[in-house]
Amino acid sequence: MNARKLFRYLNQEKIVFLLTVLLFVAFSLTLNNFLDGNNILSLIRSVAVLGILGLGMLIVVLGRGIDLSLVATMAISIAWSMQLIHEGMPVYAALTTGLLFALGVALFTGILVAYAEIPPLFATLAMATFVYGFGRAHLIVGTDVVYMPKTMGWIVMLGQGKLFGVPMPIVVAAAMALIVFLFLKFTKVGNFVYAIGDNLAASRIGGIAVRPMLVLQYVLSGGIAFVAGIITATSVEAMNTRIVNSNMIYDVILVVVLGGVGLSGGRGNVRNVIVGTLLIGVLMNGMTIMDIQYTVQNVIKSLILLLAIVVDSIVNPRDEQTGQQGDI
Amino acid sequence: MASANTLTKLRYRFIPDHVIGEILSKKWIDNAIPFLVLICVIVVFGSLIPNFFSGSNLSITSRQLGEFALVCIAMMLVIVVGGIDLSVGSNFALGNFMTLALLNLAGWSVWTTVPAVILICGSVGLLNGVLVGYLRLRAFLTTLVTLIIVRAVVDMLLLKYAQAMSMSFYQSDAWDLMGLGGFFGIPFSFCVLIVVAIVGHILLTRSRPGWRLMAIGGSRRSAHNIGLSVRRTVCATYTISGMLCGLAGVLYAARLSGAGTDTGMGLEISALTAAVLGGNSLGGGRGSIVKALIGAVIVLVMTNGVLRLGLNSGSGPMVLGLTLIFAVFVDVRWLKNRDKLLNKVYVSPTYIELPEPASTSADSGSAFALNDRLKDVEIIGLADVESPEDVILDDDDYLYCGTRHGDIVRFAPPDYKTHEVYAHIGGSPLGMSWDKDRNLLVCVGGMGLYKIDRSRTVTKVTDETNRSKLSVVDDSRLRLADDLDIAPDGRIYFSEATIRYEMHDWPVDALESRGNGRLICFDPKTGRTQTVLRNLIFPNGICTAQDGQSILFAESWACRISRYYIDGPKAGTVERVLDRLPGYPDNINRASDGTYWAAIMGMRSPALDVALRMPGFRKRMARRIAPDQWLYPNLNIGCVIRFDDRGEVLETLWDQGAENHPMITSMREHKGYLYLGGITNNRIGRIKLEGRDTSWSGYRNYWGRA
Repeated sequence: MNARKLFRYLNQEKIVFLLTVLLFVAFSLTLNNFLDGNNILSLIRSVAVLGILGLGMLIVVLGRGIDLSLVATMAISIAWSMQLIHEGMPVYAALTTGLLFALGVALFTGILVAYAEIPPLFATLAMATFVYGFGRAHLIVGTDVVYMPKTMGWIVMLGQGKLFGVPMPIVVAAAMALIVFLFLKFTKVGNFVYAIGDNLAASRIGGIAVRPMLVLQYVLSGGIAFVAGIITATSVEAMNTRIVNSNMIYDVILVVVLGGVGLSGGRGNVRNVIVGTLLIGVLMNGMTIMDIQYTVQNVIKSLILLLAIVVDSIVNPRDEQTGQQGDI
Repeated sequence: MASANTLTKLRYRFIPDHVIGEILSKKWIDNAIPFLVLICVIVVFGSLIPNFFSGSNLSITSRQLGEFALVCIAMMLVIVVGGIDLSVGSNFALGNFMTLALLNLAGWSVWTTVPAVILICGSVGLLNGVLVGYLRLRAFLTTLVTLIIVRAVVDMLLLKYAQAMSMSFYQSDAWDLMGLGGFFGIPFSFCVLIVVAIVGHILLTRSRPGWRLMAIGGSRRSAHNIGLSVRRTVCATYTISGMLCGLAGVLYAARLSGAGTDTGMGLEISALTAAVLGGNSLGGGRGSIVKALIGAVIVLVMTNGVLRLGLNSGSGPMVLGLTLIFAVFVDVRWLKNRDKLLNKVYVSPTYIELPEPASTSADSGSAFALNDRLKDVEIIGLADVESPEDVILDDDDYLYCGTRHGDIVRFAPPDYKTHEVYAHIGGSPLGMSWDKDRNLLVCVGGMGLYKIDRSRTVTKVTDETNRSKLSVVDDSRLRLADDLDIAPDGRIYFSEATIRYEMHDWPVDALESRGNGRLICFDPKTGRTQTVLRNLIFPNGICTAQDGQSILFAESWACRISRYYIDGPKAGTVERVLDRLPGYPDNINRASDGTYWAAIMGMRSPALDVALRMPGFRKRMARRIAPDQWLYPNLNIGCVIRFDDRGEVLETLWDQGAENHPMITSMREHKGYLYLGGITNNRIGRIKLEGRDTSWSGYRNYWGRA
């Protein structure tokens, strides 16, 4: 295989995967305790939530959308559930309410995107701001942080338990990944998601109910956000709603894009998300062991993302003649 | 019934519904909805918040606006070029921090600090520009990354220097002026904004770089294909955006003299909301400084208002989020439906009651009685000319006509078998006339009045007239110059059939039957073009009367011919010559015996006559069914009439079978023959007239010598 062929063979996913392996090897050789079993588990565990959110983002991005309201939905829905439990509502009823809230918000977002034809970027951006504002103003009154009630029962295990020595967040994330993989690969609806992302007009002509499908994508990602919320809340025993104002949503996009999922839709699968998540996990873990400041970690993370998209744009350049107008 | 008619008449006379369509077709209407929202926001918050309109509050608000609107303009510029800049918030924070650091810690003066900070922030913009413009990365992701990087850099710097910075305090007159002072009671930052806005507006709308920017945003591919340097312009736009953020950061530093981790946090979302609320289209090509400013004021008043109302902490984002959804929704709907709406409402019929037409039946004994005198017409140039609206002959018997391909074609005597392209104009030539020096003057649809001199050079005589003060559409341009004639003193009178429709849509004007046309005079002595008569109903043929004191003009959809005095005691007055015509008059030309020929291009039909008295019906028709199914005037058959100065019709020439000349729009008498042209025909006709002066020619009749 000569150099040119190798160059052709490279795509973003492979580049990122290589990078991950290189970093992993480098850290293993240079850092003490990096290769330790517990460290590897905590590495993966630390990015489990990110990975789960990445799966939700994946479904939306595959259909040529983007969901910036994931983190807000996650934070507010679970925080409200816990608030309701504090106020005396039974656990299951409260969780169902939270789930319905997350799904309802996502449904509304989907309707805005599919039927009102608001660009997803803005619909979800606005929904994120709105959901956070609404939650803080009317659902969770008083504090930023809602602590986990003591009466949650077995659900706490989702965040803190272990299965055969593997922390539950990892198990849940793996299960979710498997479900999403099966959904995208083997169900008709999953294939429709790809079709719509590839060519919306052709899908419509081909008889796919495009608008309901778009709504469905957002609803799925809303549901996934709620699951991610449960994991987050139970593992740290609280939900800090200020997380909405952090860079977390950017990290989710990072995970998805880094792995090589095309933001213009139709390109990518669960494997890409896993690769992206692993790179972030390895990086963050390594940098934490090296005791690098949080802000510096941010810079390094962003530089790597930048590198990934620059390389991608050099390997797969955008064509001035076929580039879509208004594709930002 | 009569009173109902009167009511309809009055309603259509005094309620100008055609204005709706004209307003919708204006560019500035884009700003109408944002502007309405602006008014609503100001009224609502103005009434909710005490002291909203007090001097001190306005001063504080406008000082904040100075900073915020600069960021909005930065965002708008990038959106217009087809991108997005999410790094404005961090860049703003960087500008703020650098200003304070350079002043307080490095001990620079204001005069060096401000340019330095603008350059630093500009270099962040340049980074974005290189990545997005030259490397063609996706703007959203790229600026997202720079957002995080710059934010992290600011945080790191703050950790290191915040304490040292809070210890020292910079003071100078210039700094105080920037932060606290202003000119004539207007805060300094607001003055800066005004200057930037004016300069920016001029650059964006009146300069080449600005046009390039709009072109690239409008269609990147086309801009690339016509050779604009797309990459460089995009890069430059991001750089300018970065510099504006830096300027805003400086002003913010001057106002508050403090740097914190939350400076400029979420500013990108506010600025984006403002830009979109103001009506700047995502994806590029549509945007202006004014739109950015309107959006900035709305967002600022709202966020400040929510704060001032003392609602709990979540309400601000909630209101902002809802507004963003609403704004983008309206923007998307507006873009999608504006043209549809315009198509539906542009045609706005009005009430017109035509008098009973004169009878045309063969046994009626009227001058219009049907006959078959055009049956034996000779055919010239069959299939060689397309749509010869007007025909004219020179003194050497050459025959000229226009074609819809934009040529003047000349046929050679005596048999008119051979032809050549006399001159190429480009637009569809309509009426023609000789001036004294044998130049051919031509009215060209869509272009104006043109002159072809004897060496066949085409020059523009005029293509604009004075703009009427109260008209919504810009009526200074000539849309459909139709026919002309020249007064003895050389003044050129020509008609513009309608100011609301283009050449290809002219029959639609019949559905409106409003006075959309006008009579215009070009004076070669002064070179000025002036509208002399307005609100004519499709003025068409023009002919200087035999005595040179007046001109005759035909109003097609009103089925009448009138006279406008240009000289003598009655100068400036209009009088009716001929009405109750059974069809729609077109060109008028002189006849050899001191009378006039007029072409009737189509016949009235009872159905349309009734419809003309029912504007509501025609409006529904225009809205609900496709244009090819509308009720149009019958333009399939016509005739030629001869009438005299008193308005008496002397004879009529019909082609009853409509075999050769289904539609006649013009005729010229020349040396005993009558030549016929028609805008939907592919031929010219010629027929010998009995008992006419066989030496009479139009040119000699007008200008005497040969």
